[in-house]
Amino acid sequence: MIAFSWRQFRTQAVIGLAGLVALAAVLLATGPNLVHIYDTAVAQCRSTGVRAGNCNNPASGTYPFLQTLALDLVLVVPLLVGMFWGAPLIARELETGTFRLAWTQSVTRRRWLAVKLGLVGLASAAVGGLLSLMVTWWFSPIDSINQNRFDPAAFGTHGFVAAGYALFAFALGATAGLLIRRTIPAMVVTLVGFIATRVLVTFGIRPHFMAPDTMTVSLQGGQGGLNITSTSAGVQVAGSPPTLPNAWALTGTIENNAGQGPSAAFLRHACPGLTNGAGFSGPASGVEQSVRGGTREAVPVPSRLPDPIQQCITGVASKYHEVVTYQPGSRFWAFQTYETLLFVALSIGLAGLCVWWVRHRLS
Amino acid sequence: MSWVIDAQGLGKRYGKRWALNDCDLQIPSGHVVGLVGPNGAGKSTFLQLAVGLLAPSAGTIAVLGRGPAADVEQLARVGYVAQDTPTYARLSVEDHLRFGSQLNPIWDDAFARRRIKDLDLPVRQKAGSLSGGQRAQLALTVALAKRPELLILDEPVASLDPLARREFLQVLMEYVADEGVNVVLSSHLVADLERVCDYLVVLVDSRLQLAGEVDDLLGSHHRLVGPRRDPDSLPPGQEVIEERHTERQSTLVARCDGPVLDPAWTVEDLSLEDLVLAYMGHGAEARRARQNLEVVS
Repeated sequence: MIAFSWRQFRTQAVIGLAGLVALAAVLLATGPNLVHIYDTAVAQCRSTGVRAGNCNNPASGTYPFLQTLALDLVLVVPLLVGMFWGAPLIARELETGTFRLAWTQSVTRRRWLAVKLGLVGLASAAVGGLLSLMVTWWFSPIDSINQNRFDPAAFGTHGFVAAGYALFAFALGATAGLLIRRTIPAMVVTLVGFIATRVLVTFGIRPHFMAPDTMTVSLQGGQGGLNITSTSAGVQVAGSPPTLPNAWALTGTIENNAGQGPSAAFLRHACPGLTNGAGFSGPASGVEQSVRGGTREAVPVPSRLPDPIQQCITGVASKYHEVVTYQPGSRFWAFQTYETLLFVALSIGLAGLCVWWVRHRLS
Repeated sequence: MSWVIDAQGLGKRYGKRWALNDCDLQIPSGHVVGLVGPNGAGKSTFLQLAVGLLAPSAGTIAVLGRGPAADVEQLARVGYVAQDTPTYARLSVEDHLRFGSQLNPIWDDAFARRRIKDLDLPVRQKAGSLSGGQRAQLALTVALAKRPELLILDEPVASLDPLARREFLQVLMEYVADEGVNVVLSSHLVADLERVCDYLVVLVDSRLQLAGEVDDLLGSHHRLVGPRRDPDSLPPGQEVIEERHTERQSTLVARCDGPVLDPAWTVEDLSLEDLVLAYMGHGAEARRARQNLEVVS
């Protein structure tokens, strides 16, 4: 049964392997150069006494096309695995009637299904995992500049969690194919279901894998994030999660030492000159940093903020600080493990459903 | 007595529709059984129940004394060729032979390869590009090389042209003659079965109408032609299957337990096709009667 499943899967496996090998060749050819550019820039900064955080490193802008391609591949390949390996796996046998040929050989349905799911499932996880590890290796110089490993786009394309994504996408495709009994609709269900699950886990479940740490950030040094809005009802100030190196800031709250937010009376006093509709959003330093395409760039806002706003920021910062909840960067591998295990568990659940369905519903 | 197929009150329902209903059938071993009936009569359903592709909604079925597809051993004892002879379109003939050898503990590879060679099947060709007749032969080869005790063929020749049809059945009969295997094959055409079957099962409208050895059936059924009379006036032991009347003359197809003694009748033999057609009509009448009863009740 294993040999036969392999024979059925061989062409697809060869295509997948060829893709991996081609990408590996490109990454191996360009990776050392990327490391070289990075090392040179770091050495130069060090010799001129520039702090690492302020070092302008050209590695983050090198091979922009390849950067985008590599990240997109890690995002998309699990989905392709689900649609093109998973969905047809059983649906095509049901569509073409070959299951009647297979199930009347001397192999029980359960074994037939277990071998098919096991073999192609392992291959799916291997493709997702190897691809992601290759990209992670290639990106390491860029990552040490960006320091954004917990960014939702970076987390899913680094480490080994993509192995779990690919396994899950495959199991979802196979299950959809078994239940719907048609390849094309099963592919569509896989597409929608996989994206929905990824989004749900990223924003709904991942933040809760571990209780977040809390830290206090001064607004004076300009580290904290601040939102100021001025309306006819008065001035309002709220915290926003700041950008922390490699960590995942979840919430930011403006508080004083007693744990209270600024009162309306205080804000009237501290921010007298704010006109209706005036507002500000960003780090209290006045320098906004944005992450685009996996690359962090400093976007200078006009260096001199309008005086009333600057006065307001200074006023608030004199009495208040920001309390930030966050997942520290050191938890990255723990989170990778948890999320991978979550997707593996979902896949096993789907495989169990398949076994049950084949035994009880397809007869 | 061990039965090749032993069905008791067997039924299969899809939603509200019974594809096979209340079927009691015991087929003794050592026969080539023809399962005949119009399209949609439940032949395919019955055969799929026998190989375990379907599970019964009612009643039981035992094949060679055991539950269908109960385990690997039982699967190995039954060879099956499904309707439209499905094969893996993108795999070659050679791949199918490997498939058979890998998935069956008993596999006569020399036999399979000899057959493929005798049939002139191109070993490297993909099954998807074979002709319908070649594909049917390939599927039959895979089923035969399992060396099954029972071979079940679901409309094996339905999609074949007359020449391929004859060839297929000829090859099958040669094998049966050599190996003495039990065979059940279905068709909606009696002509296909006439030459090869010595046991007949007639299904009409999801119900079993007739089952028995062909010689017995032909011996006990006659066409009676005589002056017009009411078929209810026949003596006990004679059952009318089909009746046709003109003003002066009655033509009956009847099952008679003993010889027909009434000199008014001219007794004629029936062909298998006439017999089956009579039962198909009989089944249709019975259905109308049932529907009337249901309306009344």
